[in-house]
Amino acid sequence: MESVHKRKQVAAKAQKRKLSEKKKDMISGYLYVAPFFIIFGIIGLYPAIFSIVLAFQKWNGLGDMQFVGMQNFVIVLQDPLFWKSLYNTIIMGLMGTAPQLIVGIILAYFLNMAVIRFTNFFRVTIFMPYITSMVAVALVFGVFFSSNETALANYVLGLLGFDPVSWKTSEWGAKIAISLMVFWRWVGYNTIIYLAGLQSIPKDLYEAATIDGANKVQQFLHITVPLLKPFIILTVFMSTVGALQLFAEPTVFLGSSAFNRDEAMTVVMYLYRDAFNLGSFGTASAAAVLLLIIIIGAAALNTWLTSGAGRKKRGV
Amino acid sequence: MANPKPKKLTKGTLPIYVVLTIASLLSLFPFYWMFVMATRPSAAYNSIPPTLLPGTQLVENFQKVLDTIPFFQAMWNTIILCSAVTIGVLLISSLAGFAFAKFQFPGKNFLFILILLTMVIPPQLGLIPQFYLISQLGWLDTLLGAGVIFLLNPLGIFLMRQYVSQSVPDELMEAAKLDGCSNFRIYWSIVLPIIKPAFATLGIIVFTLVWGEFLWQFTVLRDPSSYTLQVALASLNNAFRVDFGMLLSGVFWATVPLIIIFLMFNKLFISSITEGSIK
Repeated sequence: MESVHKRKQVAAKAQKRKLSEKKKDMISGYLYVAPFFIIFGIIGLYPAIFSIVLAFQKWNGLGDMQFVGMQNFVIVLQDPLFWKSLYNTIIMGLMGTAPQLIVGIILAYFLNMAVIRFTNFFRVTIFMPYITSMVAVALVFGVFFSSNETALANYVLGLLGFDPVSWKTSEWGAKIAISLMVFWRWVGYNTIIYLAGLQSIPKDLYEAATIDGANKVQQFLHITVPLLKPFIILTVFMSTVGALQLFAEPTVFLGSSAFNRDEAMTVVMYLYRDAFNLGSFGTASAAAVLLLIIIIGAAALNTWLTSGAGRKKRGV
Repeated sequence: MANPKPKKLTKGTLPIYVVLTIASLLSLFPFYWMFVMATRPSAAYNSIPPTLLPGTQLVENFQKVLDTIPFFQAMWNTIILCSAVTIGVLLISSLAGFAFAKFQFPGKNFLFILILLTMVIPPQLGLIPQFYLISQLGWLDTLLGAGVIFLLNPLGIFLMRQYVSQSVPDELMEAAKLDGCSNFRIYWSIVLPIIKPAFATLGIIVFTLVWGEFLWQFTVLRDPSSYTLQVALASLNNAFRVDFGMLLSGVFWATVPLIIIFLMFNKLFISSITEGSIK
């Protein structure tokens, strides 16, 4: 009798210890995620909400706020410069990122071929542009694409029989120069991601396909591309979101005239100019909210397109 | 890696080598050209055909940079900023990642999804209130103001959670607990040593991110003495007549340290990209 009682007591004690252990773990859990969430609350969530509130106020950052309803949105949406900057952002985004992804896949495919030597050398050099900062890239390309007739870019154009371009002040010159610097800096980054994707594809798939008589192009289209799809989706998503946030390259490339000209003004530059050059925090916040909606819309469109295309393919 | 078949340059592979070589040259050319311009007087820029060989003005051009912007101060500010943010992010992320990987607490999944959602919010959305907040705190023109927003790094928590749950065995934690280790002691003496490789990956991601970030630093740092390299370099381009030799000399000397670090640790850099984006 006594021993049973004792055993029960020990069991209860162990139970209790386990419970307090559980409680301790719970407290530790909360405690350890707390630093992130405290910082998130102050620096992330509060400003995000504040921004949305500000979008409905008139405010210059100093005096009292004044509720103006949708007026800020109306002002921004009726401003031709906003639409111009959105247009610029999309055009430069397409020109800078689409070729980047295609060239990235091709380079990764070559680097992954078993017969190629010096792959590490090629990989390192092709990746190197990514480590330079956006400002450095914009300044180097700014000299390369300077509006001088003797600019290196114009010299090369001359060799090819074209007239010199005024890169910083013409509609397409500025866009092409900026797209090229984005392309140059990011192509290696995407190559590395695709290379990792290619290396995750089992080699015996290709061997089996070769035995079945599929040629290299068929293998590329029916094995490589479908299995690479998650990586393609990832890079398309990241490039889209990144392209919509373009700021440093055009701002630094154009230097002192960045906010006075509209050839390469992006949405982020537009909202920056509203806030910090014109002191109109309300309309700037409205533009920021619009940018958020555009980014979410583009991300959703991306997901929809890629998953829709995938379903079609599986259906066939 | 041992290679059973020697790789030979065959007719079939030649075009591929040509493509890869061109890609490498195009990747390297701006670096080389930056060096050439940094050694040439500005006038060299107007010569036809363009100069493609280094000159003798390396020191003079850099002297002009030093006369125009507080270059070494900016370099120092950048190093302090990047180091402090990196250490902060590593500690915050590893603590939270450890908690998400190993502890059960109510609301855990909700909080984790919240973190993932914060990755989608573009940083520009909060720019204006963040600027206002920092100015109210009196942190404009300080590295504290420039750095604090980078402590918010959801990717870091994601990576750390992944790494801790893969590489820290539950049995090890149980054993440590039986020996009377507190949870913090387990974090400090067991988890941290195990996750060192993840620290290297995340550290490189954060360091290069802060090193190259422009919008926020440009917004918060207005006083030249508080400039980081990016802001200082950008200010070189604002003069009415820009001295290209000086400009690219500044860019060159600001990029050299990063190139050296990259060449030393290139494997780590490249693997940090795949680990940071694919997990």
